[in-house]
Amino acid sequence: MSDWHNHQMAAGVREAVQDNESESAANDNQVLRAVGLRQRVAENATLFFVIFDIFHTPGGPEIIHDCTYCSKELGFVHSCRTSLETCSTVDSLIEREYAQIIMEQLPLFEIPNRWTVTELTRYLRQLLESNNSLQGIWVKGEISNLARPASGHLYFALKDSAASLRCVMWRGEASRLRLALSDGAAVEVHGSIRVYEPQGQYQLQADAIRSLGEGALFQEFLRLKALLEAEGLFDEARKRPIPQLPRVIGVVTSPTGAALRDILNTLQRRYPLAEVILAPTPVQGEEAPPGLVAALQSLNQLAHPDVILLARGGGSIEDLWAFNDALVVRAVAASEAPVITGVGHETDFTLVDFVADLRAPTPTAAAELATPITVLDLQASLNDATSRLEAAILALINSQREFVDGLQTNMRYFSPLRRVQTERQRLDELIRRVNAAQAHRIALDRSHIRGLERRLDALNPHSVLQRGYAVVTNKRDRRIVSSKSAVKKDDELNVHVADGEFEARVSL
Amino acid sequence: MLKNVEPKPVEELAYEPAYAELEGIISALETEQRPLDEALALFERGQALAKRCAELLDKAELKVRQLSGEGLAEAAE
Repeated sequence: MSDWHNHQMAAGVREAVQDNESESAANDNQVLRAVGLRQRVAENATLFFVIFDIFHTPGGPEIIHDCTYCSKELGFVHSCRTSLETCSTVDSLIEREYAQIIMEQLPLFEIPNRWTVTELTRYLRQLLESNNSLQGIWVKGEISNLARPASGHLYFALKDSAASLRCVMWRGEASRLRLALSDGAAVEVHGSIRVYEPQGQYQLQADAIRSLGEGALFQEFLRLKALLEAEGLFDEARKRPIPQLPRVIGVVTSPTGAALRDILNTLQRRYPLAEVILAPTPVQGEEAPPGLVAALQSLNQLAHPDVILLARGGGSIEDLWAFNDALVVRAVAASEAPVITGVGHETDFTLVDFVADLRAPTPTAAAELATPITVLDLQASLNDATSRLEAAILALINSQREFVDGLQTNMRYFSPLRRVQTERQRLDELIRRVNAAQAHRIALDRSHIRGLERRLDALNPHSVLQRGYAVVTNKRDRRIVSSKSAVKKDDELNVHVADGEFEARVSL
Repeated sequence: MLKNVEPKPVEELAYEPAYAELEGIISALETEQRPLDEALALFERGQALAKRCAELLDKAELKVRQLSGEGLAEAAE
């Protein structure tokens, strides 16, 4: 840049301006920058700086200015091209001021005495919005002219006895607002000063609103917190475990609030086996602290719940103030049953949250934390148990069967039948031996008999007959005739020879 | 544990005692040696308990009562 020749630069400026014709959208920042630049240079250098800035930011804005040297109104940049091209002062202007641009950092603050409305408004806007003491500030006052159009944005004025400040809160912030706003409410509004150019108005663009007492309440909150903390009420060691499967769940809240509805819906969905005992109590206002204390006490005495939910829907710090009451905090600490708090929204912290055994961000979350095990978990483990039961009995039956099978095997081994068989076998053996002995004896006897037979044979008279002897018997008395005196004449005799017999008669 | 207690009728048991007894029966069946007829009786009791538990889960409706004065009253949701 520093080695540019002046005429090159002028040409560049012209090109830039021509290029600019094709750019359409104006950019606020560039407008501001151009305007700001213009404000900070000497009058006779204004034109150059304006153009110079556009040159650096294609798509730059509408610039309205008179050429200080030829007095022609340049108007919109694209319409001043002719002037730029023909204005002989441009080159000399650049020539004269060029070195200064390089050397000096926007040195002068010379405000023109002739403004357009737009210029002035932009100048004011730049002035106000760049002023840090007007950004991120708290402004105290009374709300008036509160309007909530369908757009969701909030419009109101903040007033005190002597002045009024227009305020706007965009929909996003307005939807997060916990404070119920109404005309006349004394509040502190946090935001930044903005200028709305079309109407030439400055206004406070709000991002948070708190009631006037809130700041003081917060100090009180901190004081109480320190006090109770020093008493040890918030010690981690005091915190009791939350039962996994509560039978009786105590609920301390307003009987009509959304918190109760959320809690009951959540419990019904997650763990409908429980019984809910509601201890109704105001949760806001003067009666709330004694009501909360009484509810906690009678719930413990009468219902002996397994766990207590202390809950309230969202609200401002004042709405939730009863939950910062020292008596309520002490009643939570003294509770027989563990206490889960669900007070306000996620971002709200009250002192009962610190003393509670468990802190939930919302009433719904408190109900969830009170039922760590849901009916679905129970169903799953019941299914598991049923399978285990069946597996166990099957295993048992199988092992019994194996046992019985084993017994049968054993029984076959030790069976009397087996002894009978053994005995029978022994008997058979004996019988076999007996038989063998018998056979032996028979054989012996037989050979003996054979010997006898042979001896007998030898004595057999028949065998004598073979040798030619004969046996003679008397027919009369059938006696063997072994003497001649045994026969008489004419006795009939039988004569046995080897092959038979014949008759004979005694003749002598 | 299971032997000497006169068992309550299953239909009268709340979920927790029913489930606790079921678990006791399962671990008894899983770890102890028992006569078969005793084991089968336990198994049947276990089955009845499991059925009871399932019914209780299926039919469960959140019961809501309200402290009023010195006592408890049914609360209409």
